[in-house]
This record gives sequence, structure tokens and C-alpha cells, in this order.
Amino acid sequence: MSEELCYSTISELSGRLGRGELSAVELMRAVIARTKEVDGRVGAFNSFDEGDALAQALASDGRRAKARAAGADGRGRHLEGIPVGIKDVISVAGQPLTASSRMLENFVSPYDATVIRKLKEAGATCWGRLNLDEFAMGSSTENSAFRATSNPWDLERVPGGSSGGSAAAVAAGEAVAALGSDTGGSIRQPAALCNVVGLKPTYGRVSRYGLIAFASSLDQIGAFARSVEDAALVLGAIAGHDCRDSTSVRKDVPDYVGGMAALAQSGRRWRLGIPKEYFGGGLDPEVGAAVQAAIDEYRGLGCEVREVSLPHTKYAIGTYYIIATAECSSNLARYDGVRYGSRSKDATDALDIYFKSRAEGFGPEVKRRIILGTYVLSSGYYDAYYLRAQKVRTLIRRDFLEAFTQVDAILTPTSPTPAFRKGEKSADPLAMYLSDIYTIGVNLAGLPGISIPCGFTRGGLPIGLQAIGQPFKETELLAIAGAYEGRTDWRTRRPRL
Amino acid sequence: MTYEAVIGLEVHVQVKTRSKMFSRVAAGYGHPENTLTDPVVLALPGTLPVMNKEALDKVIKAGLLLGCEIAPECKWDRKNYFYPDSPKNYQISQYDQPLCRGGFVEIELPGPARNVMGEHKRISLTRIHLEEDVGKLNHAEAVSLVDFNRAGTPLMEIVSEPVIRSADEAFAYLTALKTIMVYGGISDCDMEKGQLRCDANISIRPAGATALGTKVELKNLNSFSFVRDGIALEVSRQVAVVQAGGTVVQETRDYDGQTGESKSLRTKEMAHDYRYFPDPDLMPVQVGEEWKSAVRAGCPELPFDKQRRFQKEYGVPYTITSVLVPDRELSDFFEEAARLCGRPQAAGNWIANDLLRELGAATLGLAQSKVRPAHVAGLVRLVEEGAILSNAAKEVFVDMFRTGDPPGAVVARIGLGAQTDLGELERWCREAVAANPKSAADFKAGKESAINAFKGPVMRAAKGRADPKRVDETLRRLLAQ
Amino acid sequence: MPKPDDLRLDHVANLARLALTAEEKERFAAQLGDVLAYVQQLNEVDVSGIEPTAHAFPVVNVWAEDVPEPGLSVEDALGNAPEKRDNMFVVPKVVE
Repeated sequence: MSEELCYSTISELSGRLGRGELSAVELMRAVIARTKEVDGRVGAFNSFDEGDALAQALASDGRRAKARAAGADGRGRHLEGIPVGIKDVISVAGQPLTASSRMLENFVSPYDATVIRKLKEAGATCWGRLNLDEFAMGSSTENSAFRATSNPWDLERVPGGSSGGSAAAVAAGEAVAALGSDTGGSIRQPAALCNVVGLKPTYGRVSRYGLIAFASSLDQIGAFARSVEDAALVLGAIAGHDCRDSTSVRKDVPDYVGGMAALAQSGRRWRLGIPKEYFGGGLDPEVGAAVQAAIDEYRGLGCEVREVSLPHTKYAIGTYYIIATAECSSNLARYDGVRYGSRSKDATDALDIYFKSRAEGFGPEVKRRIILGTYVLSSGYYDAYYLRAQKVRTLIRRDFLEAFTQVDAILTPTSPTPAFRKGEKSADPLAMYLSDIYTIGVNLAGLPGISIPCGFTRGGLPIGLQAIGQPFKETELLAIAGAYEGRTDWRTRRPRL
Repeated sequence: MTYEAVIGLEVHVQVKTRSKMFSRVAAGYGHPENTLTDPVVLALPGTLPVMNKEALDKVIKAGLLLGCEIAPECKWDRKNYFYPDSPKNYQISQYDQPLCRGGFVEIELPGPARNVMGEHKRISLTRIHLEEDVGKLNHAEAVSLVDFNRAGTPLMEIVSEPVIRSADEAFAYLTALKTIMVYGGISDCDMEKGQLRCDANISIRPAGATALGTKVELKNLNSFSFVRDGIALEVSRQVAVVQAGGTVVQETRDYDGQTGESKSLRTKEMAHDYRYFPDPDLMPVQVGEEWKSAVRAGCPELPFDKQRRFQKEYGVPYTITSVLVPDRELSDFFEEAARLCGRPQAAGNWIANDLLRELGAATLGLAQSKVRPAHVAGLVRLVEEGAILSNAAKEVFVDMFRTGDPPGAVVARIGLGAQTDLGELERWCREAVAANPKSAADFKAGKESAINAFKGPVMRAAKGRADPKRVDETLRRLLAQ
Repeated sequence: MPKPDDLRLDHVANLARLALTAEEKERFAAQLGDVLAYVQQLNEVDVSGIEPTAHAFPVVNVWAEDVPEPGLSVEDALGNAPEKRDNMFVVPKVVE
């Protein structure tokens, strides 16, 4: 019973809650029980506040009862009473905010991120603090200072990253949906590796206020969910312009679910592009085969599939690691042990506080990226690295926009390989960086992207299909993803835990 | 050999806004420690900046007042350096695209005497950019305590070309700049509150040379006179170094106004590498003609332009305009009074002398003055009409200042109306002449000043209410008989 | 583009205010050397006449009106302070 609840979709749960067959407290209790049962093995959570979650659920039941008494049917409030897991890089007032870093081990945030305010307004229960690679830097969640999260499909393997905790929590039934952040694939890649849906919206679609910045021009908050429709529901709740984020875009938020349904009904024949550069060396044959099968499925749906070219793809990783590290070297300067954060006990003078607190507070990957980013911005190197990377970024973005003159969306593998073993790549940062090849271009171009389950390896590891959409056309992207999802049952499979 | 100084000033001016530059918590001075912060100001994880429109308006206004070219587009850059008063450990600033470029500040050098206008000169500006202020470090015995109330206050940096030639010019430059900023409502420029701060880049070179010497940056010039004295000291220090056969080292020096000494803070080798790059959290600013026009519409007349106009249009002398003009409210007060009475010179005298004296004695500001322009104008008219005499008018003024009553009412209340009974005046004059035949004879013999001997007794008889002009006429008529 | 062996690790770590151990320096030098060698491929790209992308969807003049809003209480402001005194954040004595 409890597991069934925990693996239900938002749409299903919302119906039951609305009909009074289930209370938010019962649902929350089931999720808490499931979390206590499996998280010892999965390690998705940095922490959770059971009392706070139950109080939120109780308040939700209260709102529902009040609305019912007032004659409202509660329709449209799909997230009312739904436990949504929160990546521990998004600020929730009164809760820890650690970024899985020693630096913020004891930090308690005094304010709500805009997405949290919106989730709360939508009635959702903000649930737990989900593990990640420290400061969202990594592709395996092994860079967490606190714990390595396991892939629920194979506990010896990584869940992907950086939002590995969010992906694993949804996959393991420890949350109905979750928020993550995606700078170079940090939502889509772990979603692919854990057999869940992961949606990274267009840059500027969702406010970043309250998201710990890694690379400001690339970061975007998005959703993990059990279905494309659920992802659309969460996006609908968190999207929109925010006067606290100068980079958030002034565009109305459409009814994503309604829009998807309308597009599905219209029988629109989608034009889908397959970038030839994404199917070269380094792509695991089983992943390649599963993605090809998914593409064939689209053909079967009557979609027009054609090859497109993204000629600057090979420069995406280099471009990304210059821009992202440069921005992070500056964004992470604030973690100094002066106003908050962990301060070295050995610091003897003001300068020492910086050097020692940061040396003790940051893990190796964070330090590497700060060093690299500081270097590329340092005097005499800016033009050669940062400025050049920004120009190449323009070319990468143009590639995508050029392709979108011919197609509605682009289909690719999400990750070149399925989940790898823990420790397999942690000694070789470059090899780890190269595994982001299919997801990074989307961030550089600011586009929306979604990863949906598209099969399993013979060894039982999930495989993800990435669909990349046109700027601010999330409805179309979701409809395209939903069309495939409706023809398969990958998403309904559960890991044995 | 004689040397000339080459001085450029970098002036930081806090822009007067209600909220901070990149967040909406209130800005202010003198509040209890750390009560003007929010998550953005403290750079808590996840926070983002949103720029303050009013700060942009005010810097554009400063640029327009100073004749700068307003950039059609500018952006924000991060200046990266670690310091405990800097919450983000980077400052949001403008590196290669400042909001304003060029322009100048018109200055007035000290004249040969206080009541004589000095030479006017234009000091060219390089640029004005907008950035955010940092917090404040308070030093205790073994520790420093950080207060972030000031952090995030909009701050503009006004950079002059190295065309200032003396400490006096630097002083005049700051004075003129402050006057313009206050006129424009851009900043209060109170140095004690840190609203205006000044660093100077100083070098010397043989008089007439064109190449620039090695420059020294002088910091902590935290009052107008410290700026003047600190620069004078540094110029003479450099001249002494060179004359002793040494060379000036490029360095940053700290001036201590209390001791009148300066010491080296750091040399060039320790220069910073700020790693400037465009702030990805902020969008560029585009300033179109419409925006500029809107700001221009709110720009006041520049002080020196106003002073020239007062002198030309109203014939008010320098001694008066130099008092009225530096204070915008006072000059407005004057213009209103002048307009109401049509006698600008008289109105100017009353305001520059009597009003300021009374305000000073009562330690009041102009805004608190009960004497308004209409009072001054009314008084000027009463004197003009001969309804009261100037001695009595002084008394009326003091009464108005105290009570706020209109001049007519004061006159009626205390009975200071001018003596108008001509018969009585003539009788007093006859008596005075009759009582002093010697002086009458002297006057008739051509000793002009002898007439004054009769005036005292007449005035005493009239209890001060006789019109001196009329007394004079009457006496001359009687003495001519 | 400069040579990757030009990382100047001590200088850069100083700018970044990171104390690195000898072991870290050695490891980072090798790892970042690899990364820098890899990004040299950006030199192949002809970027003449190409404008840099700072924002994926640039707009201009994003601001707020100058209307103050409540900030943090002193308690919240100092809530995470490693060391505080008299409602201020304490650091070892700063001498410029």
C-alpha cells in the first residue's frame, strides 16, 4: 500500500486527495515511511524534517477541507498536499542549506527561494534536503561532502549528478517529484541514469532567486517526476517572472498540461532532428540502440525525422568548463567564513580566515574549478579564455537556432553511458567532464531539455532519451516527450530495493 | 628647477536613494549595526542583485549636469577581491563601459580677497560609473567588527583627468562638485557620513614638461581640508625626494589628517588582479533619448550659471551671490523674494546678511525659518515706500524671525512706522539749529560735515523714527534761509 | 591561448584565497593541465567578428523602483555568524 502510494504520479494522487480518498498527512506518512525504509541504502537525503513535513501536510488537509466547505472543487491545485523533494541547493526558510559542502554544514537559511514560495503557494509539501555533488559540481553525486548517493537500480553505481539525490529519491519512491538544478546536465543526466523524467526549462523561465549559484548564466531550476505530465505540473507551479531575478523572463506561464493535451489531440506531425555529431565515438552501443529504437518509435508515430548538424558540438565541453568555472570562481568567493559558513579553527588573522576556511570547507572538485576559473579570468588571460569561450558559445547557440529552423525538437541520448560504478571516474576529472557532452550544449544555448526513460541495458540499467526544445516552447517539448512516453511503459518500472 | 603637480581625483559619492543599489532593503546612515541588511546585502547563498532605477536616474542626472556623454549602453562587471567588508567578495561595478564619459567640473579658485571673484577653470572628467558601497569595519583591541548597513549603498565614482595643478584647485574642485551634487539632489555629500570620499593620484614633473611623473595614490582624505593639506604635503614630499636626487616610488599612501603625516600602504608589486568580468546576474542598461530627456527635465541650473545670471540680471554683487548661490534652497528663496518685491539687491542683502545671521545665531536651517520670501519682500517694500526706516526695519526683521508675523503686522504691533508729521519734524529741526549756532555758522561757511551735528538731537527727539533723508532735506532748507 | 603549463598555481590559489597542500598542488597541476590542454581546441574556432554571449536571452533595463522593503532582523542577519559581538560580525583584526 505504502509503496503503491509512493510510486503514484501527481495526477493520480491529486485525484485521490481531491476525492477525499487520501489525506495529505497519510501520503506524507507513507513517503516518510518509505524514506526511512530505503534511504539507508539509497542515501538520497542530506536531511529531512519529519515534523515540518507533517505540519505542512496537515495544513494542506486544512486548506482542502476549508475549500471544500466553501464549495470550491480544488481543481487546478494539482500540487496541493504533494511531497516534493528539494535539492539541497535551493533555499527553504528555517531549513538547512548545505550544497552538500562542509562549508555550509551548519547553515540554516532565513529565506525562501522563489520556487519554494511558489511551491508553497501551490500547496505542495517541501520535503527534505536532497544530496548533490558539492555546489552542484559533478556528474555522479560522489562529490558530496556528506555521503555518496546510490543508484536505486544498482546500489554499487552512481545516480548521476549533480542532482543525484533528487533523481534517486523519485526513483526510490522517497518523493513524488523533486526539484533539481541543471547547469550542464545536472537534472537530465541523473534522470536518465535513474529512469525518471527530468526537465530543464529554458534559461530565465524559472527564477534562480534562492538557488545557490554555480554558474549564473547556465543554472536553471527544473523538475524530476514520474511522468512528463507531472513534470509539466511542477513546471507550471514554479515558472514565471520574478522581480528578484534580473535574468528571469517576462513571459506568461502557459497551461503546460492543457497545452500538451491540446497538441496531442491536434495530431500535429512533429519534425524531429537527429544531430549527427551526437552519435559518434564514446556512445555506449546499448544506449545508442535504445535511443535509435525511441527514434523509430517517433517515426512510427508519424513524426518526420531528419538529420541535423550542430557543427560546434566538439567545442561545447571546453567552452562550458571555461565559462562555468569562471563564474563559479566568483560566485563561490562569498563562502569565506566571515558572515556565515564554516570558519577554520586555526585561523589567526583575517587573511588566514579566507585561506584556511576555504581550504577546509571546499572539496577537491570545487577547489579545482575555483582554481581553473580564477586562472581563466586572471590578468592577461581573460581574452584568450573567457572572452573566446563566450564567442564560441555564440556559435554553439547559433547551431541550435539554425537547426530549429528545420525541426521542432532535437532528439539525442541524454548520457553517453548508463550509470557507472562509484569511484570509476572520480580520479579523472576530464573523463567525468566529457560525460556531459550531450547535455552541456543545451545550457550554453539556454534551451529547454527533457530526459525521459527509453529503455534498459541488458544489465538492467536505465537509459534516457533527451529531447531539446526551442526557447520557451516547453509545451511543445513536453508534448513531444509525452507522445513517446504514452507508447512505452519504461517509466512505470521500479527498482528492487 | 621648479616643479608642477599633476593631480587626478577619484571621488566616491553615495547616491541618495531610499533602498540599496541591488536590493530593496532601506539605505541609510546612523542606524544600529546590521539593521539595514537583507539576504542580498549579506550575500547569503542563492541571492541575486536587481538594480535600482533611481540610482541610475541620479547618475545620469549627474552626468548631464557635468556635461558628460551618457553611454547609450553600459553593463555591470564584477570586481573580484577579498575583504571582510565586502559581502560577496566581489563588488558589482562598471569596468570598461561606464554610464558617463567625459564632461567637466567648473571650479572657482580663491580670489585675491574674499569679496573678489577668483579665476574660473574647467576640470575635465574621465568618467563616472556606478557601483555599490561596502560595509564598515570597526576596529576593537584584537578584533575587527563588521557592520553591513552601508554595504550595497549606491556609490558613484567620479574620476577626473590628471589636470588639477594644486591643492587649492583640488579643494575648489571638490567644493564645486559637492555643490552640484547637492543641487541635483544626487547626494548630500556629507564627508563626515562618508557620503563623499576622495582619493588623489599625485605626481610631479618639471614645470612645462608634458610627460607624466610616477604617480602616488593618496587615500583616506576624509575632509575637504584634509584633501587640500594632504595633497599639498604629498606634492612637497615628492619635490623634496626629487630635489634630494631620489625618485618617486609608485605606491599607495595613507594620509593622517590628525597628525598631518602620510605613510606608505603598499607598493606597485602588491597591486591587485581584480579579474573583472561581466556580471551574469544583471542585464545591460540602455539609455535612450527619451530617458535622458526625462532626467534632463529635472536638472537644476548649474550653480555658477545661476551666479552669473544673478549678477547680470539682478545686478546683485559677487559678495552677495557667493553667499546665496552655493545653497540651492537659499538661492531659490532669494529669487522668490526678489520676484515678489522687484528689488533683488535689497532682497539679497536682507537674506545674505540678516537672515543668515539670525539663522546662524538660532542654529536653524532655512527650512525651519519662519521668515519666508514674502516676509523679506514685504519688508523691502515697506522700506522702499518710506513706511519704515532702515534702522527700524532691522528691528522688524528680528521680530519677524522670532514670530513669523508679516512685516506690516509687526510694524503696527510695535509702532515703528516712520515719522510722517512734517510739522513736528520741522519743529525738531528748528530747535536743533537754534541750539547750536556754532555748527550752523560752520555749515554756512562751507563746512559740509557740520550738518551732522544737528541730526543726533533730531533723531533723539524723534525716538529714531525720523526718515534720515527727510531730516537732511529739512535741515538744509532751514540752514539755507 | 597561453600554454597550459602556465597555470601559475601559487598565484592563482592566492587570488582565490585557497590554501593548497603540496599534494593538492601536484594533483591539481596535473589534472588542470589536462583540462587546459583539452580546451586548447577552442583555438581552432574562427571567432573573428563573433559577438560574445553573456546571456542566452538578453534583455535590457531590468530594474526595480526605489521602494524600500523590510530586511532581515539583526537576529536573522547574524543567525549564521561564526563569531559575533555587539550585533556585528567578528573577524581577527584587519590591518590594511
